[in-house]
Amino acid sequence: MSPGTATPLVQNLDMVLEPPVRRDVPTETAPDPAFRISGLSTWYGKAQALRDLTLDLPKNRVTAIIGPSGCGKSTLLRCLNRMNDLVPSFRATGEIFYHGDDINSDKADPVMLRRQIGMVFQKANPFPKSIFENVAFGPRINGYRKDLGALVEHTLRRAYLWDEVKDKLHASGLALSGGQQQRLCIARALAVSPDVLLMDEPCSALDPIATYRIEELIRDLAKDYTIVIVTHNMQQASRISDRTAFLLSGEERVGELVEYDVTDTIFTTPRDKRTEAYITGRFG
Amino acid sequence: MILGSLGRARVYDRLFAGLCLGATALAIGILALLLVKIFADGVPTLTLSFLTSYPSRFPAEAGIRAAILGTLWLIGLTAAIAVPTGIAAAVWLEEYAPRNNFLARLIETNIANLAGVPSIIYGLLGLGLFVRILQLERSVIAGALTMSLLVLPIIVISGREALRAVPRSQRDAAYAMGATRSQVVSRIVLPAAYGGTLTGVILALSRAIGETAPLITIGALTFIAFDPDGLLSPFTVLPIQIFNWISRPQSGFHDIAASAIVVLIVTLLFMNALAVVVRDRAQRRLRG
Amino acid sequence: MMTVAEGAARRSIRRDNAAAIRERLVELPLFLAALVTIVTTVGIVGVLLFETLEFFQVVPLVRFLTETEWTPLFSTKQFGIIVLISATVLTSVGAMLLALPLGLLVAIYLSEYASPNVRRAVKPVLEVLAGIPTVVYGYFALLFVTPIIQALVPGTAVFNGASAAIVMGVMIMPMVTSLSEDAMSAVPQSLREAAFGLGALRHQVALRVVVPAALSGISAAFILAASRAVGETMIVAIAAGLNPTLTLNPFVPIETMTAYIVQVSLGDTPHGTLEYKTIFAVGMVLFLMTLGMNLLSQLFVRRFREEYQ
Repeated sequence: MSPGTATPLVQNLDMVLEPPVRRDVPTETAPDPAFRISGLSTWYGKAQALRDLTLDLPKNRVTAIIGPSGCGKSTLLRCLNRMNDLVPSFRATGEIFYHGDDINSDKADPVMLRRQIGMVFQKANPFPKSIFENVAFGPRINGYRKDLGALVEHTLRRAYLWDEVKDKLHASGLALSGGQQQRLCIARALAVSPDVLLMDEPCSALDPIATYRIEELIRDLAKDYTIVIVTHNMQQASRISDRTAFLLSGEERVGELVEYDVTDTIFTTPRDKRTEAYITGRFG
Repeated sequence: MILGSLGRARVYDRLFAGLCLGATALAIGILALLLVKIFADGVPTLTLSFLTSYPSRFPAEAGIRAAILGTLWLIGLTAAIAVPTGIAAAVWLEEYAPRNNFLARLIETNIANLAGVPSIIYGLLGLGLFVRILQLERSVIAGALTMSLLVLPIIVISGREALRAVPRSQRDAAYAMGATRSQVVSRIVLPAAYGGTLTGVILALSRAIGETAPLITIGALTFIAFDPDGLLSPFTVLPIQIFNWISRPQSGFHDIAASAIVVLIVTLLFMNALAVVVRDRAQRRLRG
Repeated sequence: MMTVAEGAARRSIRRDNAAAIRERLVELPLFLAALVTIVTTVGIVGVLLFETLEFFQVVPLVRFLTETEWTPLFSTKQFGIIVLISATVLTSVGAMLLALPLGLLVAIYLSEYASPNVRRAVKPVLEVLAGIPTVVYGYFALLFVTPIIQALVPGTAVFNGASAAIVMGVMIMPMVTSLSEDAMSAVPQSLREAAFGLGALRHQVALRVVVPAALSGISAAFILAASRAVGETMIVAIAAGLNPTLTLNPFVPIETMTAYIVQVSLGDTPHGTLEYKTIFAVGMVLFLMTLGMNLLSQLFVRRFREEYQ
């Protein structure tokens, strides 16, 4: 790039980025999916939010959930770790199997479930504690008795944050920039070695540079974790995910699964007309 | 043509503004007058021996030693009883009670009503329940139990506000990590609500320090010439001592009543300032 | 260190019953603490009711309501509660006559006229006024206000209702101001703008738009303040006297319900005597009056909330 070329920053990044590492994903479902969702319908009080969703989320892949706002993407995500239980009027029918166990059965404990599933929220929400204490929180409540310092360092390195905070581990988590706070929240989730990472529009409040860093991080993490990411940014979905699910809500404002396939297919040769209309920007 | 009628209206406007301003100035003026009079009457007789002597028949020799110690005992015991209970109740109502639960709403409405019950009624409750039924007689523990019931609604209400001020996103983050409810409350919510809760406690205790009627009703004495020596000891408090001296005809007693008032007011101003400082520091910590 | 491989080993999500029991055990003391407040109310009602019923077994209700003198501590006993109630009402009405206009004017000033700086300076003053112990107000009433009244109205007794009423009014004023100001600040700014846009002057906006819009909230504030006046004890005990008289004259000693309870408590009335029971009967009347007023004000608050939702 010669100096003096005034190309916009985002274009620059596109040229600099390597295309995401795509593994060969067979078109039929991977034999041992992390989540098997079957006939899931949900209601908040009398208002139905999702209708009859059926899909499998593969292990150790990145699955993106896209769709216009209000179509139920976050609701679906929060079903996976039973965070919707915190809303008193919530009701769900259908089944969600996590590694073969039905997570909604009476014998399943949401607390145990959430200890294996990490969640990152749209707006970074670090605790008003030190950076160290934020990362140490999860291990502490799990009764971790070994060397916390080593665990915190390992986790912060994994979240691409160590170099920036290693000299101020006891500073408040709130004193970091937006992108750093979000990486801190990712580190906090990683500290208990979950299987799965759920991410609800993690970059929507961040600037392009911070977004780029986190997308890099996500691609790196996908080697070891199952990642499900809700995003309204289609380019992001096509950049980082292996499979994509497209949700849409009709006039009754009930979300339905329109199409679910390998990301390349969704974005180049979608089967459903509505998918095509959405990704070409005709609505959304 | 328009200006004519507007002219008179403008006069009323000025008059009214003046009236409002005058009322405000009057309020400030009354406070200033009150403080000046009290300090003018009270400071001359506020000596060290005043602080360390017992009451006496002679104003020149009387002091507030027993009253100060009694107040300290009473407030200390009240805090020990009411603060944990009040915060526990606030936590249950805010974090554990199911929404729209009948019992929870009954408790809420009940607390709101209790906050408006005159303090002397609490005195009657203390008299009937603690002094008679529990046979604690006119002891400092009976007084502390009575005062605890009186300040409990204040602590619960301000505790709930402090808990509600902790953003939902904090709880969400903790629950999403698989923390149990007690872990979320004890490790995330309560530490974040610390400042607001402490402010509420300080304000509740300031109220308790100034209360007179309920303690008279349960039988706190007005002439005590010894230090409290145990939970069952009879006692007096500063406001009651003040009341006793005001009720005497000799003007010498009126002067030392003013001195005792000075001590009381200085203590309250200090506590008020402390509450403001705590509130500010807590808000700053939550904002990072 | 928790390696990724360790973590990825499947952990069961079955319900851990021991942990669930532990969570319940934590919740129990918290729930009991919340129940203490119910116990308080039950206690108040129980104690008052018990002694009052015993009282009415000796003194028929008719006597209580119709006699015109209150002399339970003398040898010829009369039990006309009207004497005490009239004193309470007299001092409370007097206090409200001072506190309502004064408090409302200050509230209007703070809400509609004052700059943020002035508001920030005046509010702490009001908080201090509200926080002064009533015993101190009693001192002020007896030793500052009463001499002034005696100078202005010769023949005023040392203990009189006027002094107590005036000082009670000062004590209540901050409460009227802060509650009324809350009600007025809930009025949407768009209403004021509409009025200004029509060319109204500030006092017209305040009096014709804001106050009427905030009326139910302001009424709730008034009723609550009146309830506070009715329940006030020390100011009246110190300044109005302990001499029960049925009168409308504010310049003579009178005894309110609250002052009577204090009077008996200061003495050496043994438990279980009729005199002892009278304070509970009086307390019951006081409790019912203030409860009624508080419930009434809550009704107004609910109407006030409905208007803005």
